[in-house]
Amino acid sequence: MALADNRQVAAPDPGAAAPAIVVRDLVKSFSEVRAVRGVTFEVATGEVFGFLGPNGAGKTTTINMLCTLAKPSSGEARVAGHDVVTERDDVRRNIGLVFQDPTLDGYMTAAQNLRLHAELYGVQSDLVMPRMQQVMEMVGLWDRRDSVVGTFSGGMRRRLEIARGLMHSPRVLFLDEPTIGLDPQTRRSIWSYIRELKEREEITIFMTTHYMDEAEWCDRIAIMDHGEIVALDSPETLKAGVGKDRVVIHTDDNDAAIAALREKFGIEAQISEGAVTFGVASGEEFVPRLFAELGVPIRAVSVSRPTLDDVFMSYTGTTIRDAEEDSSKHRNRVMMQMMSGGRR
Amino acid sequence: MSTSTTTPPGAGPAGPDAGTARRPPVVRVSVPQRSINSELRAIKIVWRRELTRYMSDRLRMVTTLVQPLLFLFVLGSGLQQLASRGTHGVNLKTFIYPGILCIVVLFTAMFSAASIVWDREFGFLREMMVAPVRRSSIVIGKCIGGASVAAIQGVIVIALAGVVNVPYNVVMIIEIFLLQLLLAFTITAFGVMIAVRIKQMQSFMGVMQMVVTPMFFISGALFPASGLPGWLTVLNRIDPLTYAVDPMRRIVFSHLSMSPAARRALDPGITWWGWRVPTVAEVAIVALMGLAMLAVAIWEFSTSE
Repeated sequence: MALADNRQVAAPDPGAAAPAIVVRDLVKSFSEVRAVRGVTFEVATGEVFGFLGPNGAGKTTTINMLCTLAKPSSGEARVAGHDVVTERDDVRRNIGLVFQDPTLDGYMTAAQNLRLHAELYGVQSDLVMPRMQQVMEMVGLWDRRDSVVGTFSGGMRRRLEIARGLMHSPRVLFLDEPTIGLDPQTRRSIWSYIRELKEREEITIFMTTHYMDEAEWCDRIAIMDHGEIVALDSPETLKAGVGKDRVVIHTDDNDAAIAALREKFGIEAQISEGAVTFGVASGEEFVPRLFAELGVPIRAVSVSRPTLDDVFMSYTGTTIRDAEEDSSKHRNRVMMQMMSGGRR
Repeated sequence: MSTSTTTPPGAGPAGPDAGTARRPPVVRVSVPQRSINSELRAIKIVWRRELTRYMSDRLRMVTTLVQPLLFLFVLGSGLQQLASRGTHGVNLKTFIYPGILCIVVLFTAMFSAASIVWDREFGFLREMMVAPVRRSSIVIGKCIGGASVAAIQGVIVIALAGVVNVPYNVVMIIEIFLLQLLLAFTITAFGVMIAVRIKQMQSFMGVMQMVVTPMFFISGALFPASGLPGWLTVLNRIDPLTYAVDPMRRIVFSHLSMSPAARRALDPGITWWGWRVPTVAEVAIVALMGLAMLAVAIWEFSTSE
């Protein structure tokens, strides 16, 4: 609840400053695949902006272009007022990065990693220690500063990476799946750092996630699917836009249930995760009618208010989990990466 | 530009946290515009990291010395019995010592270059790739770092001179050291050039075996490079290491007393179609190759995403 209140207080004030990120018709093609197919959006200064979508939707490719790690095939992007192609170094000076995969030197201590980063970015030497203390205290690692990073758990490493990304006071912090592969408790604490960060420093946060529940913490989210942005607004507005409650019924004959729903109620239902799923305006009032008129035995029923899952479903016609299972090509790629040198 | 001004700690920054009394003020730092200084700093950082890594890895110090010392003492002593007439009374260990001075640098420098693959596999390379510095600074720092590490290993072998009947002459030691430094730089550049293209450690180790071992065998580190069969002569003249081994041998042999016949047989020099390549030219070849490979490595590194 406290976090939700903070969101109200710290909501972005459009027009207060130039946008932190401006993207126009950004395209990235690899040899035969168009990974990003012309995306356009703006992120206001001070905003927490989330990119939501299944693995393989083009989120990481977009973030790589914004971070100057990949050259756009066409289109333009400006970060912190600088063009990502022609003013690469100015962009780099003003951004902090936290990648999906670890990028720490496991042989050095936490403090050595941060010091090397500060030196690489040319941070004034008298400010390195106070800044280091501040960012490490924020992620709760100041006591472990002299431990070798190789001894850290996955969650500690991610926290240290966030601290390192902040060492040079970036204006925009990019977080690529900052909570992937972490336990729920660590995920929560990382989110509280992100909220605290936003409260304390004048910073814009751009992040990608494929956890629906996490996207709720963002000021605005863009839903990405197959390299395109299919929706972009605050989580509340997006959910309100669905306008329907979500009804999930378990039956003995899903096909008959779908046919009956179409015939008797004019509702187009889908099978998702083994159950018949559809949206109606007021779910609780619909349930008695459903039992009375459907004609197919119902074993269980649930009604829920719209979630971002439903938003995703209404824009893409599939749940994010189903979308991920479809992209088996991607799964194979991830497995290849893990086999070829993943650390975990 | 707001980032170019600095608010010192304790100055009380304005902004969202001005009202929160319980917290210390945010320490804001700034990143300067890129300049020649930031590039020099980056080179220094990469170089220093290379040395720190080496110093903390005692095992590597030992393992990269094992092979050269095996060649020097085991092969040198063992083959002595067969070769005593051919070496004109010169101890075989003394003869191959200059070659060993070169190959210890070869092995160590290639090992240093491998750390690029290692850093890529463990992700740290990315941290350096996104910093506001030129990729060339990273490559140059790496090459200077690899050269420094290899030169330190070289010093250990220089220290063994007395054991193989080579006098400790100050001029000779300085000359050997400088030549080792140059060779180390060239080999590291060569290794980095290969390492940039390779994503996995096992592959790099394989390529290294395939490249380093022939380079070392063909170079004439273990035999005089004259009167060889035609095919071997051609390979020998192509091998870059040849042009480091030959001057190294000349440096060492100039401080030894031996018969003119022995000198002719053991230090024949490198010839191109009968023309003896001067020592200065040989050293220049090593240096130019180093710079050329450095340029290729930088180009490859800058174009990789």
